[in-house]
Amino acid sequence: MTTQLASSVASRPLTRVPARRSRTVRVATLIIGVAALAASVIVSVAIGSREIPPSEVLDALFGRGDPLVVAAVESRIPRTVLAIAVGAALSLSGAAMQGLTRNPLAEPGILGITSGAALAVVLGIVYAGVSTAFGYIWFALAGSAAAAVLVYLLGSAGGRRATPLRLTLAGAATAAVLLSAVRFVLLPRAQSLQAFEQWQVGGVGGAKWDSLATLAPLFLVGLVLVFASARGLDAIALGDDTAKALGQRVGVVRLVAGIGAILLCATATALAGPIIFVGLLIPHAARLIVGADYRWVLGFCLVWGGTILVLADVLGRVVTRPSDIAVGIVTTVVGAPLFILLVRRQKVREV
Amino acid sequence: MTATRIAAVDTTARTSALASLRRVRAGRRRRHLVGCIVLAVLLVSVFVVALCIGDRVYSPVDVVRVVLGDQVAGASFTVGRLRLPRAIIAVLVGASFGLGGIVFQTLLRNGLAAPDIIGVTSGASASAVFGILVLGWAGTPVSILAVIGGVLVSMGIFAASYNHGLSTTRLVLIGIAVAAMFTGLISYMLLRGNMYDVQSAMRWLTGSLDGAFWGDVPGLTVSFVVLTPLLAILASRLRVLQLGDLTATALGVRVNATRLGIIVVAVCLISVATSVTGPIAFVAFLAGPIAVRIIGSTAALVPSALVGALLVLVGDFVGSHLLPIAYPVGTVTGVVGGVYLLVLLARSTRSGGFL
Repeated sequence: MTTQLASSVASRPLTRVPARRSRTVRVATLIIGVAALAASVIVSVAIGSREIPPSEVLDALFGRGDPLVVAAVESRIPRTVLAIAVGAALSLSGAAMQGLTRNPLAEPGILGITSGAALAVVLGIVYAGVSTAFGYIWFALAGSAAAAVLVYLLGSAGGRRATPLRLTLAGAATAAVLLSAVRFVLLPRAQSLQAFEQWQVGGVGGAKWDSLATLAPLFLVGLVLVFASARGLDAIALGDDTAKALGQRVGVVRLVAGIGAILLCATATALAGPIIFVGLLIPHAARLIVGADYRWVLGFCLVWGGTILVLADVLGRVVTRPSDIAVGIVTTVVGAPLFILLVRRQKVREV
Repeated sequence: MTATRIAAVDTTARTSALASLRRVRAGRRRRHLVGCIVLAVLLVSVFVVALCIGDRVYSPVDVVRVVLGDQVAGASFTVGRLRLPRAIIAVLVGASFGLGGIVFQTLLRNGLAAPDIIGVTSGASASAVFGILVLGWAGTPVSILAVIGGVLVSMGIFAASYNHGLSTTRLVLIGIAVAAMFTGLISYMLLRGNMYDVQSAMRWLTGSLDGAFWGDVPGLTVSFVVLTPLLAILASRLRVLQLGDLTATALGVRVNATRLGIIVVAVCLISVATSVTGPIAFVAFLAGPIAVRIIGSTAALVPSALVGALLVLVGDFVGSHLLPIAYPVGTVTGVVGGVYLLVLLARSTRSGGFL
């Protein structure tokens, strides 16, 4: 009964959502997604900014051939793993944020939450001498959480509901302020400034196994929390009162989903820098294809988020060979037009 | 008998209502006037202080003599060549940002919808960085490129959000997306550029008066003198637009044409200012709300321009003389913007609403 209600009423998101998709479509999407993910991994290992013929790539994987080639191919593996993790984390985080705020435009990048992580990381580097990914993460977490609360309060200021427009504006304004603060701290420190610019474009090029391994537990906890709140998010989509009537503890669901979302986006940001639009567009694609049921939306995000980010990273490596474009830049340049299409296509609910 | 009495009472009531309305209006006008005068006096005094004080302090008398064209040993160069153009540019740029800001905030009916937030300056920034880093340009060509880029990108944003009428929601959302896209492109160019050019591009991006010299003044002045009256004429309909599109149409305002005209002029004003100093963070965002708080009414163009000029002038003074390390004006105003955002939060949880 709960299940049917929850999935039959869409959350009035930006994209018009089919109430319910047949199981075949859903399962097929997931299976194709897994296949696509596997294919993208192969592509990502085979194709890079350095052109290496497939046979040599295969040799290099077993440690044979030109040491330079071996090094190049070996560096592609952690990079691919990182891209999958970051893509999945950002998509899941975006989906959870959209669900718990009941706001179709919620996304860690657009809402300025990643800027909060950025400022906190910079403060950590400059004033606390932090220099490892494991050190960054705590600052990134604190910064993300603080920014999330700030933006939500600002967006719903004056007791008015946080509409998509108000929340997005609040996010953009907060991001601008936080970026100014970052500049204020970094401007007299030229070296840190360059390191920051490098991090700030959002890239997976510097992936290392040890930082990946240290952050994996946090990523997994976030994953579990978000998936655990899927049913609750379905209920919240019906409105708080209905959700309560259905026996959901709305506050608890929001808290769990919120912590999960922040864990995921903070981990992704600490590892790869701020990457925007992924967390917005993948969940929308998910709702379009598998319907509004959050368990399926999250599953879609998990599989396709990774695939898309890996492919975006490969695109960035190929476009300006022999140098590569950070994946964060690829996603903004490709994502912004898609976002504009999304906004144009739909009548966004008013101010 | 009773009817006459009722009519008489009715008339007195009406006259007294009219009288009190007149009183309120006169009071508002007086507050507006007093506010403007106070701001103007403040601006002139800060202007003089900015000319007097620096690494070497000159007396106001010397400064006035330099401004009038006399030769004063030392001061003629420091004040006449360095501080005077810097202060003039600060005032003109600040006023332009202030005007652009209040116009956008009023038009889009949201205090957060300042031009730098919704992507209007992003085009100017990206084309200037392109000019500096990729084409290796400097000086006036960069400024011209920035103006063209700024206007084109803004028009692109408006074209993209125009779909059976201009929806402000769409405009804001698309503007933010476009700003994000250009930020990505700017970061890409910054990573690629050589060290020296990157530093000059960064200084420009933060918004700085360090490159201010006399050569920038004529162009800036001409565009300000031409565009501001245009904006003032168009903006007289802004108050009617605030009543909502339907009411405004009923009152005989051509809503879309007026709105487009205002936006074009405001974008030109902002782009020209940006091309000289770079986007000085949050001046356009802050000037309007501060002016409104002082004057007590909405859509106050003159006070917003004055507040904008004050913000840039004071910000530059604080940044270059009062802090342990010299900061460009954009960093100082950016931090002020952060403080303002927090104030906004604290206030609105109590009362609600800004602008």
